[in-house]
Amino acid sequence: MHYVVLGAGPSGVVAAETLRKTDPNGSITLIGGENEPPYSRMAIPYVLTGKVQEAGTYLRKAPDHFAARGIEVRTNARATSLMPDNKRIDFADGSHLKYDRLLVATGARPVRPPIPGLDLKGVHHCWTLEDARNIIKLAEPGTHVVLMGAGFIGCIVLEALAARGVQLTVVEMGDRMVPRMMNPTAGTMIRRWCEAKGIRVLTGTRIKSLQNVAAEKSRGIFGFLKRKEPTVASDTLDVELDSGEMMAAHLVVVSAGVKPNVDFLENSGIKIDRGIMVDRYMRTSVNDIYAAGDVAQGYDFSTKAHDVHAIQPTASEHGRIAAMNMAGHNIQYNGSLQMNVLDTVGLISSSFGLWAGVDGGDSIEVVDNDNYKYLSLQFEDDVLVGGTAIGLTQHVGVLRGLIQTGTKLGPWKAKLKADPHRLMEAYIARTHLT
Amino acid sequence: MQRSLNIDPGKCTGCRQCEMACSYEKEGAFNPSKSRIKVFTFDAEARFVPYTCTQCAEAWCMQACPVDAIKVNLATGAKEVHADLCVGCKVCTIACPFGTINYNASSGKVQKCDLCEGDPACAKACPTQAITYVDSNWTGLDKMRAWAAKTDTGSHVN
Repeated sequence: MHYVVLGAGPSGVVAAETLRKTDPNGSITLIGGENEPPYSRMAIPYVLTGKVQEAGTYLRKAPDHFAARGIEVRTNARATSLMPDNKRIDFADGSHLKYDRLLVATGARPVRPPIPGLDLKGVHHCWTLEDARNIIKLAEPGTHVVLMGAGFIGCIVLEALAARGVQLTVVEMGDRMVPRMMNPTAGTMIRRWCEAKGIRVLTGTRIKSLQNVAAEKSRGIFGFLKRKEPTVASDTLDVELDSGEMMAAHLVVVSAGVKPNVDFLENSGIKIDRGIMVDRYMRTSVNDIYAAGDVAQGYDFSTKAHDVHAIQPTASEHGRIAAMNMAGHNIQYNGSLQMNVLDTVGLISSSFGLWAGVDGGDSIEVVDNDNYKYLSLQFEDDVLVGGTAIGLTQHVGVLRGLIQTGTKLGPWKAKLKADPHRLMEAYIARTHLT
Repeated sequence: MQRSLNIDPGKCTGCRQCEMACSYEKEGAFNPSKSRIKVFTFDAEARFVPYTCTQCAEAWCMQACPVDAIKVNLATGAKEVHADLCVGCKVCTIACPFGTINYNASSGKVQKCDLCEGDPACAKACPTQAITYVDSNWTGLDKMRAWAAKTDTGSHVN
């Protein structure tokens, strides 16, 4: 049996390792699209801050890790098409590969919005190690940096850029920061924190165009009047906002969302919606092809529908379940729980499950604006189904535990509604003292 | 024979010696807020429950770590955070359904119980044997393990 795993991110690596554990005799090829060893995008911000070197992002540290497990790793190999009838994958370099069972774990790539000037020098995504190298060259202390997008990934990048000591402005078209992870109250609290830390935050604002600074200088006094701050020598780009304001920058980082890498599947017959549709066994609509991680639209624990989560725990779970099934087991996925944790210049926030609540549900919210603390819990009957926390780092995982086990809170629901910070007590009482 | 922490809440008097011992062993300071074992108090019932990582087989924290910074100590079975590899992303803290791996802002890393390399300070400090370090086979962790299994993300189908 020849297993091919397309994609060497967390999902692909966990899958390849699980395949080896489950089928000691199969041959396994793990294929990465970049010219790097398998690495974790999640660790890139910590390369930007200097907390780790590039090798610190590698998913497995021992150089012989994959070889020792009989996993062949190929890098710099971009799939261009897939022919399921021939069980054949074609690559950009003209080579091809046959498989018996295939896992598509090709992840996602950043969206480039149709804004004039995004192809200029000094404009980068923050997605790959190569992007990180480019950003490190430009994000010198004191330089003007504009970040487009304050979604989850944008905010992680924001933290790293701020740590590099740049003068940072973040431009978000939504009405608040992290709109898909935080409600308005919590999103506003994060914004206030960032502003207090010296970051300029513009919400409800779009970038209209980018151009070279020199071009704008020729407009003379009218160009000057649109500025809040004069340009400095290091500024090479001019960022025009829909408010009319012009901002000069040395670096523009684009974080406007990601989309699944499915282009090469166009004529494969594989059913694709927002991502590759997979059933609860991680099977796609085509025989012997499975999908996992950020590219897969998989079963969601909370909604019982299919969704693209694009988070690390889901990627790792998908990879494990897909591999077990590829190797002949029959494991049904119980569904992934949407959850995120974020550190915005020292303020830690997290959200879990149905954090915006459910129809006919019940909730409790505690807001402490002065101390930047927030906690909201969402219930359906006496079961916790979602939650959001800011400034809470101790035992925050029990939110996941209580949600995903469907633990009935009984009398503890009333106690939590009186004081939601008793979450850990509620959990212990309902699991250890009953 | 692998050993585990066995916690018997019925014997706990709430003295918090375990928290003091843990914080001193791991952080060099008698500071319960830095302890990796916590005693929870249920006033109404006058009950105390010491609580820490069970080194569960599912190892949610280890599975979720994007940089392979959590590894099993083959001698003790403990899932240990390698501080030199941890980037402080905190994904493990939301992945662990027991809430027993936590972020430490002063170190910028996460921390959890590592069984003190097979000689846990909490068990040594406990005056009532509410916390003991015993053969894994007869620890009272079955209940917790059963709960862990409920969180499991995949189930065998015939």
